Amino acid sequence: MSPNMQEERISRHDSAGHATPGRTDFLSVRDFDFYYGRKQALFGITMDIPEKQVTAFIGPSGCGKSTLLRNFNRMNELIDGIRHEGDIQLLGQSIYDRGVEVIALRRSIGIVFQKSNPFPKSIYENIVYGLRISGERNRSVLDEAVERSLRGAALWEEAKDRLHESALGLSGGQMQRLCIARAIANRPKVLLMDEPCSALDPIATVKVEELIHELKREFTIVIVTHNMQQATRCSDRTAFFYLGKLIEYDTTQKIFSNPAQKQTEDYITGRFG
Amino acid sequence: MDNIITHSPGFFRDERVGSSKAMARSLWNRVLSTLCITLSLLTLVPLISIVYLVLKNGLPLLKWSVFTTLPPAAGMVGGGFGNAVLGTMVMVGLGLVISAPIGILSAIYIHEYSPASHLARAVRIVAKLLTGIPSIICGVFAFATVVATTGTFSAYAGGVALAVLMLPTILLTSEQALLGVQSAYREASYGLGATKFQTILRVVLPDALPAVMTGIMLAVARAAGETAPLIFTALFSQFWAKSLSEPTASLSVLIYNFATVPFPHQIQMAWTASLVLVAFVTIANIASQMVFSKKH
Repeated sequence: MSPNMQEERISRHDSAGHATPGRTDFLSVRDFDFYYGRKQALFGITMDIPEKQVTAFIGPSGCGKSTLLRNFNRMNELIDGIRHEGDIQLLGQSIYDRGVEVIALRRSIGIVFQKSNPFPKSIYENIVYGLRISGERNRSVLDEAVERSLRGAALWEEAKDRLHESALGLSGGQMQRLCIARAIANRPKVLLMDEPCSALDPIATVKVEELIHELKREFTIVIVTHNMQQATRCSDRTAFFYLGKLIEYDTTQKIFSNPAQKQTEDYITGRFG
Repeated sequence: MDNIITHSPGFFRDERVGSSKAMARSLWNRVLSTLCITLSLLTLVPLISIVYLVLKNGLPLLKWSVFTTLPPAAGMVGGGFGNAVLGTMVMVGLGLVISAPIGILSAIYIHEYSPASHLARAVRIVAKLLTGIPSIICGVFAFATVVATTGTFSAYAGGVALAVLMLPTILLTSEQALLGVQSAYREASYGLGATKFQTILRVVLPDALPAVMTGIMLAVARAAGETAPLIFTALFSQFWAKSLSEPTASLSVLIYNFATVPFPHQIQMAWTASLVLVAFVTIANIASQMVFSKKH
């Protein structure tokens, strides 16, 4: 752990100016290896992701950043033949525990994908999907969740008059914000974002990045991004991956101004990747 | 001018030399185009002639009463084939009740649950083989299983025979429908904490439904016109069916019966029944494409 961690614990303040220390090991990874069949994709990853901050995963294509991200909510288990060693813990409890229901885990750890994928249903039905599948039927609870989530995703004004129209009629940027609203409707503890802006135009990208700043007040966010400027703009901590290994992990400021590893420096200055 | 011609690439030289090669190529091109167009028009001929003949011969006797009255006795005039229309509807309905759930649920299993398993592979192969099964064999099967055990010809037996006929079509088109659902939707559903069953019920099936319904209507259109499976399962009846476990009339068998008797009125009836059948099949096919098209 770097000395910076200590400073972070006291550098967060709430609106009244009181220091609010968040857990630095909200989501922690311990000696994590991951295999697609016989091919090893992740090698001994160990890291702690702090609460209510934005952590960015950067690195060249194929370095394993998306693979690691998708392990946090066990999405990789949808693929056949995968295997892991080591552990991932949420708030100190292993996500691979016998007693953990994967579907409950995925409600606690939400995910937004690279290409927005709203269901071919109405905006309203898209957002309440997560609630409906956990059994919520009370109309007023659902209505409240829709407004809360759309406001949280900065989409309420644009969508409030067309809640029951098809979600597919939205623009690309709006669809991605809808997917964010849909994910936060579940009130997850962690929000995973897998290159959320890579399919968006610059203006939509700016809106989503502003949204991320707002969202981190309530959610712990882990974002995979190809765009290093985005990492500098949005994240508090950055992890650089290369060929399945975690090369360096520190505050964003340190990574981009004074990285400790040469590989990190080569990557961020564009010498490779 | 000279420079351009002597220093030009090969094809320029070709065209200039009498341009007979060019003319030959143009001509050959035109011949083939004309041939394609002619053959395409030729494929329309059977359909158009069937529709024409059926309309010409069947229209004269087409009245509402044909749907509400019973077949005339030999040599008599008047009457209709209401019982046959009803019989066809009932037996196709029975066949659907049996084959649709089996077909759709099987497709869900082989696509969503374990696509690579031995069972899934076996089901696919068998379904494809079954599409080629002669329809009379469906009748033989239903005879052996239903008629022989219950001791009577019945609408149930006819329904079972039609079910065997419809099942492979429904299964295979349903699998195609499921393949057409974007995996992104499934991913989104799992990412929100849904189980596989919830994902299938709430996201996959609704999206696949139009294509599934198309497959069902195509199967229905085919089954409605089949004669062989019904000949020795439902047999025929001159009367309104009072129950499902007695011989039942059907349009296709009626056409067969009436077309082979020497009474002109009956033969005329056969044409009208043919018209009704062709109309139903055509409407079912068109409806399956129009009504159940996806609107995005």
